[in-house]
Amino acid sequence: MDKFIVSGTPHVRSKDSIQGIMRDVLIALTPAALMGIYVFGLNALVIMVISIASAMFFEFLYQKLMKKPVTITDLSAAVTGLLLAMNLPSGAPYWMPIVGSAFAIIIAKQLFGGLGQNFINPALAARAFLLASYPTAMTTWPAAGHAMIDTASSASQAVDAVTVATPLALLKAGTITSVTNTDMMNAFIGTVGGCIGETSAIALIIGGIYLIARRVISWRIPVIYIVTVFILTAAIGRNGVRLPHYEILVGGLMLGAFFMATDYASSPVTPKGQIIMALGCGLLTTLIRIFGGYPEGVSYSILIMNLCVPLIDRFTEPKIFGAPEVKKA
Amino acid sequence: MGNPIKIIKNGIFDENPTFVQVIGMCPTLAVTSSAINGIGMGLSTAAVLICSNLFISLLRKVIPDKVRIPCFIVVIATFVTIIQFLLQAYLPSLNASLGLYIPLIVVNCIILGRAEAYASKNSAIDSMCDGIGNGLGFTIALAVIGLVREFIGSGTLFNVTVLPDAFPKTLLFVMAPGAFFTLGCLMALLNHFKNKNKNKA
Repeated sequence: MDKFIVSGTPHVRSKDSIQGIMRDVLIALTPAALMGIYVFGLNALVIMVISIASAMFFEFLYQKLMKKPVTITDLSAAVTGLLLAMNLPSGAPYWMPIVGSAFAIIIAKQLFGGLGQNFINPALAARAFLLASYPTAMTTWPAAGHAMIDTASSASQAVDAVTVATPLALLKAGTITSVTNTDMMNAFIGTVGGCIGETSAIALIIGGIYLIARRVISWRIPVIYIVTVFILTAAIGRNGVRLPHYEILVGGLMLGAFFMATDYASSPVTPKGQIIMALGCGLLTTLIRIFGGYPEGVSYSILIMNLCVPLIDRFTEPKIFGAPEVKKA
Repeated sequence: MGNPIKIIKNGIFDENPTFVQVIGMCPTLAVTSSAINGIGMGLSTAAVLICSNLFISLLRKVIPDKVRIPCFIVVIATFVTIIQFLLQAYLPSLNASLGLYIPLIVVNCIILGRAEAYASKNSAIDSMCDGIGNGLGFTIALAVIGLVREFIGSGTLFNVTVLPDAFPKTLLFVMAPGAFFTLGCLMALLNHFKNKNKNKA
């Protein structure tokens, strides 16, 4: 007992590391990524590999050029790359994930100070950038189905051959007036048109439950976000039909709610703030889907709420225990 | 009396209205979707700026201090009207593509700013040189921003196609956000080189 360790606070440290959390996110994304490859073929895999590799490369390049410590081993760039790939249609040209990764890593993340300093989700920022820049390529959806067999022979031909409209586009056009059990099943498993990683609701829910169980994310944002969209679409309906159980399964809602809106750097810190963010995301998504010009509103609503996060954090700052009450001027 | 060349150089480089003073942002961001629009806007503004600086400097002893801003505006508006008529007569296509932004030169920060900060305190020749320097600095900045945005966004330079059709055009760069990205990146680059020179000296 001759040795006392004297050190500054904090004395109790979490064993979590950035790398560990990012590894968990990658693991959680794996089922949805595998479903994407199964549904859309090897082209989806190629896009994911290019996207992850280029995201890590641009992070390395920027940090080398700026003479900063290179942090690609924390896997955060890999997560951004994978999330970006999951937000692209499987028929996207191969330069698109590269341009998108460059935008996500350099403009949206590193220019604002790198990991933890980005005020918006880098992958979503890149998606918005690509959608505004290359609208045709970003909204051409190769048909889902047994693409695996077709693409094995000639990847690009098979992909170019059949394109479909996404369920949300059909809902917007008023083509869908009722949903059969088969439709529900297709949307649940992911054999519908859409981005690589967004179609399979079941795979995304499994990944989300894994993240919640590992305490990487809290249940608040995803659950409240999805429930808000469910309630609002049930209340408002569109074209005279109310299909809330179908609406929450299609489009990027599951991907956005579990993996994008919960990004640490761009979501509120306090539980109350997270609830406000989730409610806002749900409201905006429903409004854009039903009344807006685009069929899908998940990415824009999360980006808009990202911008509100500093404000939300300021107004939900918890009272310090024992501190005297501050009189409002 | 300052050295005219020094005053002109000062306006173009050290106190470039766009990249250093960061004023006149509305036309900078709004009309630079192509190089020709940028140069057209820059030269129109420069013409107004030179004339207004000269006249405000000549009138600086006559204009009462309390009503100087309305007086400046009247002088500036006169020249803007002249420029607009000239453009309508001789360059109708440029006038059409710049549209509302020509009359808006009246409230351009650069012109009112130089009138208030420089022309109302300095001699006529110096003020004119200041107008030439700032006007050229503004024109160069707008032309560079326009060139970058036009090249990336539509694959052309001065309306001449330089990129093959198959090459993807990043449409965002001819839209509003592209102006912010281009301006920010150019500013960062210039500051980078400026700091490098400073460290060497």
